[in-house]
Amino acid sequence: MTTATLHRTERLLRTGPDGPADPGLATHLALHGPLTVPPRDDREWSHAVWAEVNRSGLTGRGGGGFPAAAKWDAVTRSGRRPVVVVNAMEGEPASAKDRSLLAWSPHLVLDGAEVAAALSGAREIVVCVADDRDRTARSVGYALSERARSGGGRPVSVVRPPSRYVAGEESALVGWLERGDARPALRVDKSVPLQLRRRPVLLHNAETLAQVALIARHGAAWFRELGTAGAPGSTLVTVSGAVRTPGVIEVELGTPVEDLIGRTQPTGPVGAILTGGYGGAWLHPSRASVPFAPGPLTEAGATIGAGIVVVVPATSCGIAETARIARYMAGESAGQCGPCVFGLPAIADDLELLAVGRGDAGLLARLQRRCGEVAGRGACRHPDGVVRLVRSALDVFGDDVRGHATGHPCAGHAAPTVLQFPSALPTRAGAA
Amino acid sequence: MSRAAVRLRLRVDPVACDAYGFCAELLPERVTLDEWGYPVVDGRPVEANLVDLATRAAAECPRRALHLDRVAASA
Amino acid sequence: MLATTSTSLTTDLWYTIRATGVVALVLLTVTTVLGMLAASRARTRRWPAFAQVDLHKRATLFALVFLGLHVLTAVVDTYVNVGVLSAVVPFASPFRTFWTGLGTVAVDLLLAVAVSSALRQRIAARTWRGLHWLAYACWPFALAHALGAGTDAAQLWMDGIAGACSVAVLSALTWRIGYHRTTREVEDRVGAVTRAVPLRHRTTAPTGATGRTGGPSAPTTTAPTATALLERDPR
Repeated sequence: MTTATLHRTERLLRTGPDGPADPGLATHLALHGPLTVPPRDDREWSHAVWAEVNRSGLTGRGGGGFPAAAKWDAVTRSGRRPVVVVNAMEGEPASAKDRSLLAWSPHLVLDGAEVAAALSGAREIVVCVADDRDRTARSVGYALSERARSGGGRPVSVVRPPSRYVAGEESALVGWLERGDARPALRVDKSVPLQLRRRPVLLHNAETLAQVALIARHGAAWFRELGTAGAPGSTLVTVSGAVRTPGVIEVELGTPVEDLIGRTQPTGPVGAILTGGYGGAWLHPSRASVPFAPGPLTEAGATIGAGIVVVVPATSCGIAETARIARYMAGESAGQCGPCVFGLPAIADDLELLAVGRGDAGLLARLQRRCGEVAGRGACRHPDGVVRLVRSALDVFGDDVRGHATGHPCAGHAAPTVLQFPSALPTRAGAA
Repeated sequence: MSRAAVRLRLRVDPVACDAYGFCAELLPERVTLDEWGYPVVDGRPVEANLVDLATRAAAECPRRALHLDRVAASA
Repeated sequence: MLATTSTSLTTDLWYTIRATGVVALVLLTVTTVLGMLAASRARTRRWPAFAQVDLHKRATLFALVFLGLHVLTAVVDTYVNVGVLSAVVPFASPFRTFWTGLGTVAVDLLLAVAVSSALRQRIAARTWRGLHWLAYACWPFALAHALGAGTDAAQLWMDGIAGACSVAVLSALTWRIGYHRTTREVEDRVGAVTRAVPLRHRTTAPTGATGRTGGPSAPTTTAPTATALLERDPR
């Protein structure tokens, strides 16, 4: 379908330090080739592209892992014209892939949105960029003006929801678009699409749409040249922590985690690997040969999340880092459900005591009990993610836990954190 | 004589719930409170002799957060 | 004969007005006290919260019944000229205009509270709560009306009842204000997420919950190697 040469694992991020330093439209077309998307409903084209994406086995890259083609099914079934929403919120502090993508390959994302719109019959595209990511928004805006000059496409608007952890959750994002209320909603049936002004919402992560744009050009077989049978394609991973070159890399799904980390050069012996983000799970370095793909990671007690890997050095304390994450996540609760509002701070309290070795005899039992009580009793999966992380910490750092619990914390608990947290206060409270 | 096997299950809307605790007072057999006063609902189907109490508990919730759902019983 | 009958009827009505008024005041006192106790969410095994609220609702119902009789008899009775309008329009009564008017205000407030509670599930939670606060205003108006418009005010038994009601309400009020609850301030965080949530939004927990406020207190130092994740600026 294209004549452009493609590097093996460089598909999405081909501009930047290693390539042309220009994310503009001309470079984009030179690198990836043209893509014709019909401006009006074109059944034949839609069927063909849908079939390609379906065959490709592309799953969502925002952490949900839902098959992309299946989402389209659900949305078109309702009969009304949907709205395409591009989720570039990236509320996970340890993730930078979506803003990198929009900074360096915005046209891929916009192409993908255009494809999704044409396929589903949508006439409107909304790009959501968090309100503290002005550079990303400018990049998207510039790309849109380039596209407008060269003949347009469907109308695209860029909106700036609040930069909060839960604001990027699907129902929270749609809630903000509809009512200005960026809090997750209780969803009894997730297969029923969310509604925006009574239209079904087709919401995709930015990277997913970029992948769609490539599949529409090169086909399912090309997409499946990389990756494994169960987890095809490439994916963007943000690697941070104790590594020399933190950043966003594009890897083939199924790459062993240790190879992935190796590319960013850990500064020393690895103590633990955080996978999936702050609502994810810890991976013990002895298991670092596990392939980076949804299935194998889950089996190893980890999780792929939105392609996030944080390397914690052996000189740090995993329990202390977990305590910091728990405290941050407690503060990011939307504040709607009691078990989350009260349970997460309580769990963070106990983890902090455990980290410094000042816990009482009943701490571990209490922590376990609270984890059991908090999970599954909120409207969204926020508390569930924290509980998963805490439980994985108690497992992966089991030996250290015993020492900490008996008043002998490891030396690393006083080490500075390798994690990043946004500042405590929101940048713009309830921005209009 | 067989009755249509429709089961009733209790469910809490966690967003609406404000920890009044009436449900746990009225139906301790199925609802207990966690340490912060929020209900933990037993997911088992509600037995026939508790249905009236369950209905009352759902009706008396000041936030209408407790729901009694009809769930078709599996064969 | 006729004159005697009509006089005794008038007298009956007259006594009914006063009697139903006193009973209504007592019932209003009872429900106000119960309402305050229930709002504090204090409860025991023998005195569960749902029963407190249930009793509060029933007492209000009874109060409304007696109040209804009180207003009806007052309007119908010819001994004093109150006028039909005064049932709902304050200060429209020729008889003791001001003090009767206070009673009408109390009735209006009580009706607002009662109707909004009857329609509780259909109106916004904030609306219901705002209207229910009017209940605090209802009782003082009722008491003032009883002492000012009521012709038994000078009597010892009436003073006794009024005194007992006052003590009950004031004690409950003191207890209600002073009842210690652990509060948790959530909306500093929540407020940034939504436009809809007002600035102060308190979620309360029963005593015993750890009293930490939300918000990250973790050190936000960034290790030297973990410099800002890729924020490559294209221009």
